[in-house]
This record gives sequence, C-alpha cells and structure tokens, in this order.
Amino acid sequence: MRGFAQLFKQLDQTTKTTAKISALVEYFSTAEDKDKVWAIALFSHRRPKRTVTTTLLREWSAELGDLPLWLFEESYHIVGDLAETIALITPQATKVSEKSLSEWIDIIMRLKDEDEAVKKSTIIEAWSSLNQDERFLFNKLITGGFRVGISQKSIIKALSKYSGIEESKITHRLMGTWDPTTITFEELVLASNPTEDLSKPYPFYLAYALDIDIDQLGDPEAWSAERKWDGIRGQLILRGGAYYLWSRGEELVSEKFPELAFLKDKIDKDIVIDGEILPYRDGLPLNFNTLQTRIGRKNVTKKHLLDAPVIIMAYDLLEYDGEDIREKPLRIRRSLLKETVQNIDSDRLLLSEEVKFDSWDELSIERDRSREFLSEGIMLKHKSSPYKSGRKKGDWWKWKVDPLTIDAVMIYAQRGHGRRANLYSDFTFAVADGDRLVPFTKAYSGLKDTEFKEITQWVKKNTRERFGPVSSVNPELVFEIAFEGIAKSTRHKSGVALRFPRIKRWRKDKPKEEINTLEDLNNILANFG
Amino acid sequence: MQLIEFTEEGLYVPQADVYIDPWKPVNKAFITHGHSDHSRYGNKSYICTHSALPVIKHRLGSHINARGADYGEEISVNGVKFSFHPAGHIIGSAQIKVEYKGEIWVASGDYKTTPDGVSEDFESVKCHSFITESTFGLPVFKWKAQSEIMSEINEWWKSNKEQGKVSVLAAYSLGKAQRIINNVDHSIGKIFTHGAVENVNEVIRRQGVHLHETNRVIQGQKQSLYEGSLVIAPPSAVDSAWSKKFKDFSSGIASGWMAMRGTRRRRSADRGFILSDHADWDQLVNAIKATEAEKIYVTHGYTDIFSKYLSSIGYYSAVVDTEYTGDELNTEPIVEEANRATSA
Ligand SMILES: [Zn+2]
Ligand SMILES: [Zn+2]
Repeated sequence: MRGFAQLFKQLDQTTKTTAKISALVEYFSTAEDKDKVWAIALFSHRRPKRTVTTTLLREWSAELGDLPLWLFEESYHIVGDLAETIALITPQATKVSEKSLSEWIDIIMRLKDEDEAVKKSTIIEAWSSLNQDERFLFNKLITGGFRVGISQKSIIKALSKYSGIEESKITHRLMGTWDPTTITFEELVLASNPTEDLSKPYPFYLAYALDIDIDQLGDPEAWSAERKWDGIRGQLILRGGAYYLWSRGEELVSEKFPELAFLKDKIDKDIVIDGEILPYRDGLPLNFNTLQTRIGRKNVTKKHLLDAPVIIMAYDLLEYDGEDIREKPLRIRRSLLKETVQNIDSDRLLLSEEVKFDSWDELSIERDRSREFLSEGIMLKHKSSPYKSGRKKGDWWKWKVDPLTIDAVMIYAQRGHGRRANLYSDFTFAVADGDRLVPFTKAYSGLKDTEFKEITQWVKKNTRERFGPVSSVNPELVFEIAFEGIAKSTRHKSGVALRFPRIKRWRKDKPKEEINTLEDLNNILANFG
Repeated sequence: MQLIEFTEEGLYVPQADVYIDPWKPVNKAFITHGHSDHSRYGNKSYICTHSALPVIKHRLGSHINARGADYGEEISVNGVKFSFHPAGHIIGSAQIKVEYKGEIWVASGDYKTTPDGVSEDFESVKCHSFITESTFGLPVFKWKAQSEIMSEINEWWKSNKEQGKVSVLAAYSLGKAQRIINNVDHSIGKIFTHGAVENVNEVIRRQGVHLHETNRVIQGQKQSLYEGSLVIAPPSAVDSAWSKKFKDFSSGIASGWMAMRGTRRRRSADRGFILSDHADWDQLVNAIKATEAEKIYVTHGYTDIFSKYLSSIGYYSAVVDTEYTGDELNTEPIVEEANRATSA
C-alpha cells in the first residue's frame, strides 16, 4: 500500500498535470501488475464490491476513537468525506504493514461472506497497521470515490508514455466493461488484440462554450447548426445484433432504457450513433426533470416508461457497417446518419435537424428561441470537422442561451464542507410573497473566495437561530440567481424546481424590499417551464 | 453578577470595569496577545505582558496608552486580582486569570499546550470557570510533533532547491513565521521574508528574542538572489501578485486547516503543512481537564459542537459569541500595515 499511498500523495499535492503524469509513469514502472490494474480501476471510478456498510465503519471508528457517534457525524459533515474522517479520527497505527494495494483489496473482498465480528476485527486490524495516508486510502477502497483531480486523459497519457502505445488505442482499451479482479495488465493495456468487446464505445467529442464573437467563426456557410438538446448525452451502439447505450459519464445505461432495445433488430449493419437521450412525447421534448426522476432509480417501472418515455436524438455517426468513420468530415458522416435514421424508420430514433441560417444574425435569432424547444442553445459544428476525442476547441462550439435570472434574499446559510469547511458557503434563497418569504432554491457556487469570507463574517453576526450546521439569518443580503431551466415541483414549497441554479452576483446595490416575487417566479415558469 | 460577563463589547469584569480582548473601544482593556482579533484599535488603555507589548505597539501605534506586566504579577483593580499566565500561542501570549473573593476565572485567549521553541511554554491554571477557544475543536484535528512537520518542510525546501526553485511558504506573520524561522534546518539555505514578516521580526529581535538571520525581500532585487532559498510570507501575499516576482517557485502553506484535504485543495498551493499555533482536539480536552474548572465557556471555532461534547462528558458548558475570528488563513490585516510601514 505504501507505493500507492506515495503515488496518491504526489497526485494530491500538485495541481500541475505534467507532475501528475510523471508520478503515474513512475508508479507504472515500479508497481506490480496487479496493483497497476487496480490503480487504473480506482482512478476511473471502479472499486471492489462493498463488503462492509458505511454505517458499521462509522460505528467502529467512533468506538476506536472513543467518541460519541453524533460527534463523529458532525465531524464527517465538516470534513465532507467519510474515508478521510475515519482516517483522521482513528488512533495512530501501532504497527507497520507491508501488504500491497491488491492484497488489501483481496482482504476487503473476502469479507463478503464473513459475519460482522470477523469484519470488525479485520477492519480494526487494518486501521491499526496503516498510517494515516494509507488508512485514508484503505477506507476509500471500501467507500469509493477517489477524487484526486486526475483525469482519464492523464491516466491514458501516462500509460502511453510508459508503454509506448498510442493514446487513442489505450483510450479505447480502457473503455467499456472490464473487471479488475480478473483482467491482467497485459490484457487491459498491452494486448494488441483485446478480447472482442461489442459494447466498447468511442470517447465522446465534447464542445467548449463559445468564448469568442460569433462573427469570428468566419463564413456561416462552413458551419452546421443544431439545437443543443437538454437530455443526457449518449452513445447508441448496435453491433452484432446487440444493443448498448452509454452515457457520457462512461456508464453503460442500456438496461435503464429498455424501450430502445428493439432498435437492434431494425438494422443489420454495425453502427454507433452519438446523440441525446431525450424525454420526448407527441413530437416535443419533455422537461429534463421528468428524466431525472427516472435515471436515479435502479429499476425501471411501467410508470417510468409511461411518464418519461425517451428517444435518441441523433447527432452524429461514428461507426458505419463496422467501420470507424470518425476521421471523415462531418458532412459525409451526417449524410450517412440521415440515411441510417431513415432506414431504421422509428419514432424512437430521430435526427437532430439542422437549424437553417444564412447569416450569424439569423442564427442569433434562432438561438433566442431555444427555450421554445426546451433546448439550451445552439450547437455549432464545422462541416469538415472530424469526430475528435474529449473536450477540444475549434471545430465544435456550444452557443448557449443566456441564463434566466431572479433577485432573491438569503435566508439560510450552511457551513460548507470539504473545500470550504471553514466558511459559510451553501445558501438558501427566498422570493417575496406579500409579507412572507418563500424559499425556492439553494445555491453555493458563483462567488469569489473573498466574498465567501465576507459573507461568513456577516452570517456570524446576523444569525437568528442555529440548526446544527445551518443558521437562519436576517433576510438582508440580496443575490442575483441564474439558472438554466425551471419546472413545476411538488417537493418544493415554492412549487418550482430550478435547473443549475448558481449565484450570478451579490447585489449589494439592491435593498431587500426590491427582490423578485413568487408571482415573478410563476411567470417565468409559465413562459419557460 | 457574574465575575466575567459576555457583553456587546467583549468579555467584561463589572466589579473592576475591565474588559478582556474587547472588540469595541472601551476604557480599560486587558489583552491576551497581539493578534488583531484580540487586540484592537481605540481602547483608552491597554495592559498586556511585557513580551506582547512591543508587537501590540507596532501594530496599533506607539502613541497608545499601554503598559506591560510580568507573567504571574498580580494587578488589583477595585479588589479584583488579575494576572497573566503563558498561553504558549505566540510570543507574549497569555491566559488572563481573574480572581475575586476566592472565585477564579481564566480567559484563555488563544493557546496551545506543546512547546514551540519561541513562545513562552503554556502553563495550566486552576480555576472555577474557564473560557476556552475552540478554533480546532473537532476530533479530526490532531497535530503531529513539531519536529515531524519541520522535517517535512525541510525536505520540501531541499527538493525545491535541488530543482533550482524558490520555496515560498505562507505562514501567519506573527507567531508561525518566527516559529518556522527558528526551527527549520538552517544548513539548507537562506531565509527571506515578506515585509510584513520582517517588520514583526525586527520588533521581536529588538525585545531581545533570538531569531535566526532573515533577509527582507525587496522590490527589484535580482532573481538569482532567491534561488534555493525559503521565503516566508503571509498567506494573502502568497496568493497575490506579490509572489509572481519569484520566477520558478513552489508554494506551501503552514496552517492547522491543512489537516483537511478539502481545505488543502481549495488553496492552490503545492504543499500544505499541518502546523498550528492553536491547541488540537486532545490539547483542548486535556487543558480543560487540567484546569479542574466546572464551567467551561467556549469561544471562536466549532463552538457549538465542542460545547455539546463538553456537556456530554459532564461539564456545564455554554457557547459565547465573540468576534474573535480564530482563523489562521482568512484574516491578516498586517499586510496593509506592512505596506504602510515601508512607504512611510
Ligand atoms: Zn491568536
Ligand atoms: Zn483568537
């Protein structure tokens, strides 16, 4: 574990990508193959199956630290990370362990069928033989979530540097389903003919938000525009008579959308389509909220299929008849896509239509209409662009519609955790309804650190009541809240739910008497909901 | 009437008409130490320890009406006996003992109970009521030995030096900076200081305290001068354009907050060193036990949680709202004063 802890520390201690990559290369050159596979797995959000519940981990660590459970919970709330809280609270190690990363993982996995007493003694034994950094990682092996600011791209770069194999090949090999307990490093990374895997997706091409003047894109003729649909970006793979659907988070979501499975029988060629998984009914997209209620659930119910039926809104074609066509220009891929969609001929697979325009001014008018289509703006793609991997500038741009905004007053402030453990950073905002204040959203991002500090000082002096980490404050500070969308909600007092709410700015110039009202909010809902 | 009352202006001893570390101007202020949230402008008179006095005058101006006292010296005001006892927080820092008709209260100010080689060592004072800080009053805060942290700093400095880099370390100008200056390995290289730190150093040297040699960073000096050296500056300067004058540097922060990965990551520094001038969890709990007090009043920090814990182990405990910030990272007005001092 020491080698992995060392690597983790190096990655955690620097913000520089080059330093991170060289730490990874160093690790790949010295670690055991089994450990390497696990390191790759852990950094790409795979972890051993959980064999001990977090409830038990909390109890045992509080017990070992001689603390009441509520104090453990308070500490956890402030630290914001369970594995870290346990590592900090448990006493210093009394011995040293030479076990490797994969040996520890084996130990954790073997707990699966053991009774609670064995689990407890094993975990406590581990805690007392690992130092604080190692303890933290050991806990992470159980709880998951190695957020270390290391992108998949950096791992791929490091593996490529270490092995001499092209980055794009490694990218492909690491995608899809593979099991770190059975696969070898050789099979995962080095093997030139990896086991045939029909489900393997291509890396998504992601666009940046347009950060230049639209005119600077040059001749409008060279560009193709579509609506930017507000669903989940997905990759539809129909190969060898099988159906796979991947979400952008590199998650295989086929089983969550069984209503699309029939598409596999509609075509006899192997194809891969990039598109949007979109809730859709009667020729119109539904509010994103309807999809959200569905994706959170493990099992899809009949009600889901009825309330939030989805389609694929097709953007691009990456593979045609088994051939990778990503290098071909967009105009060619697009015409093949059009033909394919027509042949499949299903109301579950639609072509994301081009938005016609002759000038940037015309397109700008179209962009302003985005909310009519429940879309987030316009996607611009150069007609001769290849389909690239990852987030790239130049050929593709998101041209988002301006956010909706509303002025509101802060009524609750909550101490942050993790990054902002010593500041008040999570706020609840309200609009006015006569003399009443109606809370309608929480927001925590969008302010500068100096502003958080200033607000923290203010909160301390203006607290009315405390409820654990939450303080109710005098309703005085006014903020402009920006959001991307709005929907009806029965779970919220205000009757609305906002999409991507964030603080746009602190309106020090505005007295609280001038905030927006519940009626204003309802008007926005009526217009854009 | 309580011996010490908690008022709008600060901790108040009505029988003596004396305030301890008030945050609003008063006639008579007893001051625990020179940090800006404990010693503020505008009081008619100040009393603090002899060793805290020079820094307080440096910060608030030499014109203030202030006098020093020895540790342990008894000062009587209208029958109330006051005395200062080492708090181990920074040079000159004190707990203030207040005694009247056999009842004893102690206001701790800020404290830590482990020696740091620069401040006067903490001394436990028995009392009936103890007003404690709780800046790091959570069981997740457990400090390593100072020597261990110093070797981490030394290693970081050495490896930066080998790469031809400057090591820029953010540390509170009063207290932590001097602690680092005296405890790092001087054989590695030279130590440079930001003006705010060096101004404090000068004051401290003048009062006869030995500090290892430091050199002030001066605008326009040659880049090569700093190569391989350790530069100590207040956190706000390290974050600002000031640090851009070092071409190739690695940045570090020395603070108790660095114990949490989240705060470590929020600061964009390359390294975080867990070094605090405040008591950690175990020190707080043990210090409180050692006072043998029955009533514990909790000020700055995780007050509500810490106080609840004290109640759960049998103390009478209450939270006192103060305007002490107790924050090692987010407040340090000394920087502006330093700029004023250099331009004056
Ligand atoms: Zn202090
Ligand atoms: Zn303080």
